[in-house]
Amino acid sequence: MPTLIRSLLGATALTAIAWSAAAQQTNITIATVNNGDMVRMQRLSDHFTQLHPEITVDWVILEENVLRQNVTTDIATGGGQYDVITIGQYEVPFWAERGWLMSLDDLGEEYDVDDLLPAIRSGLSVDGTLYASPFYGESSMVMYRTDLMEAAGLDMPDEPTWEFIREAAAAMTDTANGVYGICLRGKPGWGENMAFLTAMANSFGARWFDEDWEPQFDTEAWANTLNFYMDLLTNYGPPGAANNGFNENLALFQTGHCGMWIDATVAASFVTNPEDSEVAETVGFALAPDNGLGRRGNWLWTWSLAIPSSSDAPEAAREFIAWATGPAYLTLVAETDGWANVPPGTRQSLYDNPAYLEAAPFAEMTLRSMEVADPQNPTVDPVPYVGIQFVAIPEFQGIGTQVGQIFAAALAGHTSVEEALEQAQELTTEEMEAAGYL
Amino acid sequence: MARAISTPRKVTLTAVAWIIGLLIFFPILWTILTSFKPEAQAIADPPMFLSFDWTLENYAVVQERSDYLRYLMNSVFLSIGSTVLGLLIAVPAAWSMAFVPARRTKDVLMWMLSTKMMPPVGVLVPIYLIFRDTGLLDSRVGLTVVLMLINLPIIIWMLYTYFREIPGEILEAARMDGAGLKEEILYVLTPMAVPGIASTILLNIILAWNEAFWTLNLTAANAAPLTAFIASYSSPEGLFYAKLSAASIMAIAPILIMGWFSQKQLVRGLTFGAVK
Repeated sequence: MPTLIRSLLGATALTAIAWSAAAQQTNITIATVNNGDMVRMQRLSDHFTQLHPEITVDWVILEENVLRQNVTTDIATGGGQYDVITIGQYEVPFWAERGWLMSLDDLGEEYDVDDLLPAIRSGLSVDGTLYASPFYGESSMVMYRTDLMEAAGLDMPDEPTWEFIREAAAAMTDTANGVYGICLRGKPGWGENMAFLTAMANSFGARWFDEDWEPQFDTEAWANTLNFYMDLLTNYGPPGAANNGFNENLALFQTGHCGMWIDATVAASFVTNPEDSEVAETVGFALAPDNGLGRRGNWLWTWSLAIPSSSDAPEAAREFIAWATGPAYLTLVAETDGWANVPPGTRQSLYDNPAYLEAAPFAEMTLRSMEVADPQNPTVDPVPYVGIQFVAIPEFQGIGTQVGQIFAAALAGHTSVEEALEQAQELTTEEMEAAGYL
Repeated sequence: MARAISTPRKVTLTAVAWIIGLLIFFPILWTILTSFKPEAQAIADPPMFLSFDWTLENYAVVQERSDYLRYLMNSVFLSIGSTVLGLLIAVPAAWSMAFVPARRTKDVLMWMLSTKMMPPVGVLVPIYLIFRDTGLLDSRVGLTVVLMLINLPIIIWMLYTYFREIPGEILEAARMDGAGLKEEILYVLTPMAVPGIASTILLNIILAWNEAFWTLNLTAANAAPLTAFIASYSSPEGLFYAKLSAASIMAIAPILIMGWFSQKQLVRGLTFGAVK
């Protein structure tokens, strides 16, 4: 009998210990996209759980649009499925204003908030409070083939104009050999062709809305923008450009079919990687073009980590964000995968690091591109909104995608530029009236 | 007497059938081939058909990055669970409408079908809120119920069609022999409708397996099935086609194999009535 009692007591004690250990464990669910840097973060998250054995991590990785829909539904309804979410600069301003995001002002000393690039920090803050921590940032720039440029007898300046881009595109186009002077986004979507066109329009003096939220597609500046874009792509672009997004153009550029490609700075690491790119040794970089109006056609985007207000493990989530977006994470990636693979575009210290500058030949131009981007003052004339390649209002996703479809139809030759602009003006006016802005 | 078909005609028809079959199968074949290519060759222009560097790396990467078995088990649970649950409701419903029709039976059937005409996104928020309040978000039980509900009209319609072809006199005879309702459905009706029920089960499993809207919207880390597994390999920035293809093949392989082995029953059930 004493043996039985001892056994029972022992089992009870063990159960209690196990129960107590389980009770101390906090589980966080992280929702993110399938980009190379995020996949690396998932792989390296064992380092985090070793530092914080009391936290376990579940990952939900989804395609960008699916993730955006899931996260939006969850956060708007207070579903509480996620503890850490991956969002862009577009969502932060109005999600924070609605109280859907927790403040991230107290991520600890090691986080070094003052090291964040000012433009990035500003884009993720509302009234001076940080609501999302940048994981990687990007602008856009010109990537070009140095060999083709040389053969064309031209020299790409660091700060090209749109006219130079047209001249270079014409000189490099060799359709007989499948080389097209320029590759640009044509696939419809607010984050696809409209990201490029909105940023380009800024440099042409165009804007989405005036200060009274009146749509501006009926202005000469928009006509100039769209005509120039059509001219470039129809004369010097690849066939079927209306179907090309980032990945399609990446494939074209890497296989030697594009003389120039104006797109996200994050592409620089892909096109200079000899394992994937046939033109890795002959790629040069320049700032996005301008028209001498004081604005360049480059954007600013950040994939960042935030905590929904509905999270039931905000402290553990905060620990994770401080780890994944802190300076120590950059060093960890450099140790495991090399400096060239460190998430770019968030911290000044990275661009002061000689090891990084040596490993990433595109680093300097990436930083310059980000420095000239100003989401608070994106256009030549004043606007009531924040955002360079988007308008930070909830309605923009829908309007931007529909206008993108109209412009893609014009690029495919189904409508004229004039008709496309008329349709865009009409549609945007209708939507803005329905949303109560007008 | 069967009509004689000339040899040239037979050859032509066979060739046409093969061409159509290959055209339909080509996307799957291309996905299989892409899954064995290195990422750079997956986007090669012109496309490479067979002369690429064959590799199993994509499968290894997918296996390493994702817990495939967990997604697979969720898919199995959801598709079989929703089918069984659906049959429990659909068999009695179809029986009553086929053998004891009321004045409004046809209207009821049409009403049930009409629920399939509404875009699912129209009820996403209400269902999401119900799930949130009942703690069913990211749970296999909740998702099983939703998948059962969205496929229920199809199950009832299919079973109703099969049951209608069973002569009512057979059931009457069973009743005269003293069979109760339970015996009538279990021992008389069900055995006669086996081909129909089998094809209904198979079709429902396939529909539930492939359902992507609800499975992506109502799950996170725990109940996510293979549709979420595939969705995790698409990327807006970077090359992903080869890994996405490998993930797709791993996701469709089980249902493809099941469909292959049961194609005879599936085709028979879909093309013939219960007693033909």
